[in-house]
Amino acid sequence: MELTMMMYIIPAMIMFGCGVYGFITRRNMIAILISLELMLNAVDINFAVFNRFLFPGQMEGMFFSLFAIGLAAAETALAIAIVINVYRAVRNVDIRQLTKMKF
Amino acid sequence: MESLGSIIAYFIIAIAIIVFSVLAVTSGKILRAATYLLFVLFATAGIYFQIGYEFLGAVQIAVYAGGIMVLFVFSILLTHKPGANAPRLANHKRWLGLSAALLGAGVCLYSLLSYGSFMMQKMPDNFSIDIHSIGQALLSTDKFGYLLPFEAISILLLACIIGGVVIARKR
Amino acid sequence: MELSYTVAVLIIPVFMFLFLGIVGVKLSKKTAGILGTVAMGITTVIAYTAALTYFFGTDQGQVIDGVRQQLTVLDLTWLEFTKNLVIKIGVLLDPISAMMLIVISTVSFMVHLYSLGYMDGERGFQRYYAFLSLFTFSMLGLVLATNIFQMYIFWELVGVSSYLLIGFYYTLPAAVSASKKAFIVTRFADLGFLIGILILSFYTDTFDFISLTSDPQAAISTAGGATFLGCSVMTWALTLIFMGGAGKSAMFPLHIWLPDAMEGPTPVSALIHAATMVVAGVYLVARLFPLYAVDATALDIITVVGAFTAFYAAAVACVQSDIKRVLAFSTISQIAFMITSLGVASPELHHGVGYMASMFHLFTHAMFKALLFLCAGAIIHAVHSNEMSAMGGLRKYMPICHIAFLIGCLAIAGIPPFAGFFSKDEILVAAYANSPLWGVWLSVVAGMTAFYMFRLYYKIFWWNNPDYGHHTPHEAPMTMTFPLIFLGLVSIVAGFIPFGEFVTWNHEEYVIHLDWSVAGTSIVIALIGIALATVMYRKENNIPEQLANRFRGLWTAAYHRFYMDELYQFITHKIIFARISKPIAWFDRRIIDGTMDLLANVTNSASFAVRRMQSGSVQTYVWFYLVGAVAVAAITIICLI
Repeated sequence: MELTMMMYIIPAMIMFGCGVYGFITRRNMIAILISLELMLNAVDINFAVFNRFLFPGQMEGMFFSLFAIGLAAAETALAIAIVINVYRAVRNVDIRQLTKMKF
Repeated sequence: MESLGSIIAYFIIAIAIIVFSVLAVTSGKILRAATYLLFVLFATAGIYFQIGYEFLGAVQIAVYAGGIMVLFVFSILLTHKPGANAPRLANHKRWLGLSAALLGAGVCLYSLLSYGSFMMQKMPDNFSIDIHSIGQALLSTDKFGYLLPFEAISILLLACIIGGVVIARKR
Repeated sequence: MELSYTVAVLIIPVFMFLFLGIVGVKLSKKTAGILGTVAMGITTVIAYTAALTYFFGTDQGQVIDGVRQQLTVLDLTWLEFTKNLVIKIGVLLDPISAMMLIVISTVSFMVHLYSLGYMDGERGFQRYYAFLSLFTFSMLGLVLATNIFQMYIFWELVGVSSYLLIGFYYTLPAAVSASKKAFIVTRFADLGFLIGILILSFYTDTFDFISLTSDPQAAISTAGGATFLGCSVMTWALTLIFMGGAGKSAMFPLHIWLPDAMEGPTPVSALIHAATMVVAGVYLVARLFPLYAVDATALDIITVVGAFTAFYAAAVACVQSDIKRVLAFSTISQIAFMITSLGVASPELHHGVGYMASMFHLFTHAMFKALLFLCAGAIIHAVHSNEMSAMGGLRKYMPICHIAFLIGCLAIAGIPPFAGFFSKDEILVAAYANSPLWGVWLSVVAGMTAFYMFRLYYKIFWWNNPDYGHHTPHEAPMTMTFPLIFLGLVSIVAGFIPFGEFVTWNHEEYVIHLDWSVAGTSIVIALIGIALATVMYRKENNIPEQLANRFRGLWTAAYHRFYMDELYQFITHKIIFARISKPIAWFDRRIIDGTMDLLANVTNSASFAVRRMQSGSVQTYVWFYLVGAVAVAAITIICLI
């Protein structure tokens, strides 16, 4: 049995789908962030896998993943700060509280 | 022809990713969801190790599993009573999420399958990537050098730290 | 050109208009009035200098071979649409424009001065002077225009300033509706004027007065015998242009605005609705007279309209009780005299004396009619009423005003040696030369003029001696009596000006010699009119009432101006508004607006439906975004694979 590219992509795809589902259904802001991390992670896997299977001599995909990880860290830190701020204002982290943003 | 060990390792990783992803977004307890996310991240690192990107895997563990998870856990502990359950989902909302996820997955799957034979290629051999060349590429200004993005992301991180402090600061 | 300083008479008033209009409210009333008057004085001096230099100077080439030249002292290109369609703006000096310079600046200055006393303490005093300046500017621009298009622009400007000044007391509904009436009626006439201008310039390829009038035969022949409804195109053009003039000059049937225009301040009536603006129609016909002279049909129309108006207005004036209305109808009648005089002035008859007579009468009439109006203003100022019934015996209280008014009445009645005698005599000469019918007709009207003017005079200054109570009338202040004295003197001597030396239709000299058969008749007729008025109105008696009762129907009809206003009301309201405008309004409101409303409603309800999508819920947004992205991806894949 061979390990083909498809076999790596499929789990990433499922992970991404889970992220989408979680992002849309969850009400807890931190849970939404978790879903977001899942999606990002799935994309990172794709970059790395395509790089490794199609262009083994180069490193672009890997570096892209690397930077994406860094960005994810930054984004999470900022998002958590916002969540904590919201929590301070309304004493919970329910996303529905943020519908007030439309005003 | 890969070794039996690596095939077994792949299946463990793949099953872990699928199962824990689903659990992470369906679990009612937020702390558990974070833990499942941690497992997914570890499994992802496993994929990186398996396809030979040891450095990337190490970064994944260090930054994601180490840094980001700590942030998550802290914020969860700060904002939740222990053991609280998430309220049940409204039906229409579940359908909304499910439809979007399945629609996206379906389109992806269709495109993957339509490239059938192309997607079935094996991993090329004779591959080696050492930490020395990564370091060279990261800090070089030549072609395929990444100094500028490297600096950009460091500035971004700095800005992010300051921003985080400013936003979360008590007024 | 040396005379190019004439343009200053336009610049100073327009500057004063802007200055008083913008910063006038910051000034005190007195300052604003004195500033306006001083500026008008300077304008008057410049206008006199220019006019006298033109008439008596020798070094500018004014007179060549006994013919006065038309001098274009300023000529600027304003708009250049194509090679042929160029609109210029400039200053034209010729005998009639120089004469009008004198008339306008004199009367305007007198009115400025008079208003200092008359309008003292009125609300909007500064605004009043700003509008007076605007009017002076527009009127001078009108007479100095080098081309018919420039004239049209200033023509509309005088209409606007007349509108503004009639509606000066804008809190009075009567003044507001009078100003609207004046504006709409004259605008309607100007529609004909504009069409006439366009027809004329379409066939002659020029707007310019000098090239239009220097070779009228050629201008007529360029129309190539084109006809419309049985008349040649040139007749149509000239008649339509005359329609514009008739509107401004209040010729029947477009006269209805002028009596109502008396709602404005009395000095304004003196300036605009007696002396200057209303003669713009006469001036227009005179300006284009060489063209009219070769078109007998147009001239006949002018004659008939003028003669009928003269009689009609004189008849109405005999029974009115509001003194300003009497003067207004007398103005209409006198302007109709001038128009008729132009109409009967064929060049082959008596050297085209009618043209000269018309201009002469314009000049003298401006002076004595302004005098009469200013006197009326002083009287109204003293008794606080326009009605004759509130007056009587005023000769004891207001001696200066009495004498001035008497001079004005004698002048308009045509008693030598006052100004009106000479000019009216020339008009009668011209009329008799054309046909005895018009001569007799105008003589009768002249007799009626004498009658109603002296009726007015006796009713104000003699008649009875009502009890004024503690509020005794008194003589007006100096600023008001000085213009009366000045204009009175002018009205006495103006007739001795050898007018024929200066203004004739072909710019050649013409020596006035009195035709004593005509002059004697007209004096006798005037004396009969005066005598009749003396018998009826000198002392309080019941002869007028008996006569009124005897001819009750006629009297009532004349008192109601032969129901012209009612006729207009009927035509506009019952026919135009109800039969034509209503359906159009319905169509506009239901169909045109309805379509737009439908569009708006559809947009509105669609927006309401879409509004729910903007819920503020991030997750909904993400769902839309994702589905959209997936759809795009799906389309891309289907197309590519």
